[in-house]
Amino acid sequence: MRYKINLSIVLALFWLLNSGHYTYLILALGAVSIAIVVFITHRMDVVDHESQSINLSLTAPKFGIWLAKEIVVANLTVIKHIWLGNKSISPTVITVKASQKTDVGKVIYANSITLTPGTVALGLVGNEIMVHALIRENIEALESGDMDRRVSQLENS
Amino acid sequence: MDTVLTLLSSFCLLFGSFLCLSGGVGILRFPDFYTRMHAVGVTDTLAAAMILIGLMLQNPDLLVIIKLMMILLMTLFISPAASHALGQAAVLNKLQPLINMNINPLEEDTSAGDKSSKS
Amino acid sequence: MIIAATLAVLVVMILAIIRAVVGPSLYDRILAVNMFGTKTVLLIALLGFVMGRPEFLDIAMVYALINFVSVIGVLRLSDAFNAKHNGPVAEPAKRDS
Repeated sequence: MRYKINLSIVLALFWLLNSGHYTYLILALGAVSIAIVVFITHRMDVVDHESQSINLSLTAPKFGIWLAKEIVVANLTVIKHIWLGNKSISPTVITVKASQKTDVGKVIYANSITLTPGTVALGLVGNEIMVHALIRENIEALESGDMDRRVSQLENS
Repeated sequence: MDTVLTLLSSFCLLFGSFLCLSGGVGILRFPDFYTRMHAVGVTDTLAAAMILIGLMLQNPDLLVIIKLMMILLMTLFISPAASHALGQAAVLNKLQPLINMNINPLEEDTSAGDKSSKS
Repeated sequence: MIIAATLAVLVVMILAIIRAVVGPSLYDRILAVNMFGTKTVLLIALLGFVMGRPEFLDIAMVYALINFVSVIGVLRLSDAFNAKHNGPVAEPAKRDS
C-alpha cells in the first residue's frame, strides 16, 4: 500500500509539472489517468512485491557532484583521444569486483561506470562486472576502487 | 546580469556542439564496435547536458526549465541502460573486441589472450 | 548560438547515418540508430527554441522514451534471430560467469 501511495504522488507531480494548465476539467482528467495507471500496476502485481525501496542517504548529493566531476574529466579525455586518432587508444576488457551487497547498489555502480565515457559495463554476473575500457589509465583508475568505495558508502549510511 | 546569462548560455551551447561533433567524428573514426560505444557515450552525457543547460539559461520560464531538467535526467538514466543492453547483446553473440592494439606486447600478451578467449 | 548548435546536431545526425549505412556489424548499426535518436531529442528541443515555441519539449520527452523502447525492442529481435540460427544464446553467458 505504501508503494501505491508513493507511486500516486510521483505520478501526480509528474503530471502537474508536465501539464501547465490548471482548470478543473484537465485536473479531473489527470486524476482519472493516475487512477488508471495505479489500477493497471495493481493488476500487473508489480508494485508491492517486486519493487525495492531506495534508501538513499544524505551523501547522495555529494556522490552526484563527484560523479558529475568525473564525467566531465572522462569526457575531456575521450575527446582528446578521438582527435589524437587510433594510434593513441588501447582498448582493454577486464572484470572488476563490486563490493556492494544489494542489487540497487550494484546497479548504481554499473551505471556510474557506463556514465563515465571511456569505460562501459558489458555484463554484470554475481559480484563481477565486465568492463570495456578505451585506454589503460581508465582501468587503473577503476581498479583503485575509488568509485566502488563511494557507492558502498552511499549504500551503507 | 542578462549579458552574463547570455554569455554563459552561448558558451554552453558552443561547447556542447563541439562535443557533439567530436562524438560524431569518433563514431566514424574508431576501429571497432566497443570503442565506438565510448564515442556515443560522450554525445549522450556531457554534450546533451551542455546543450540542455545552455537552453535552460536562455529561458526564464520555470515550467520550461523543469521540463528541460526532466529530459536531461531521462537521458542520463536511459543512455547507460541502452548501451549496457547493446554491449551485453554484442558480448553474448560473441562479437570479439579489439584488445591492446598499441601496447608493447611483453607483459600484456598473456592476459590479453586470456581475456579474448574468455569473452 | 541556438542556430549554430542546431546545425552542429544536424551534422552529427548525418555522420550517424553514414555509420549506420557503412557499419560492418549489426550492432554498429543499432548503435548509430540509437545515437541518431538521442540527437533527434536534442534537435527537437533546439528547434522549439528556434521557433519560439517551448511546447516542443513535450514531444522531445516522448521521443526520448520511444527511442529507448525501440532500441530494446530491436535488441530483443536480434537476439531471437541469432538464437534461431546459432543455437541458444544463453549458453555463453553461463560459461562466462
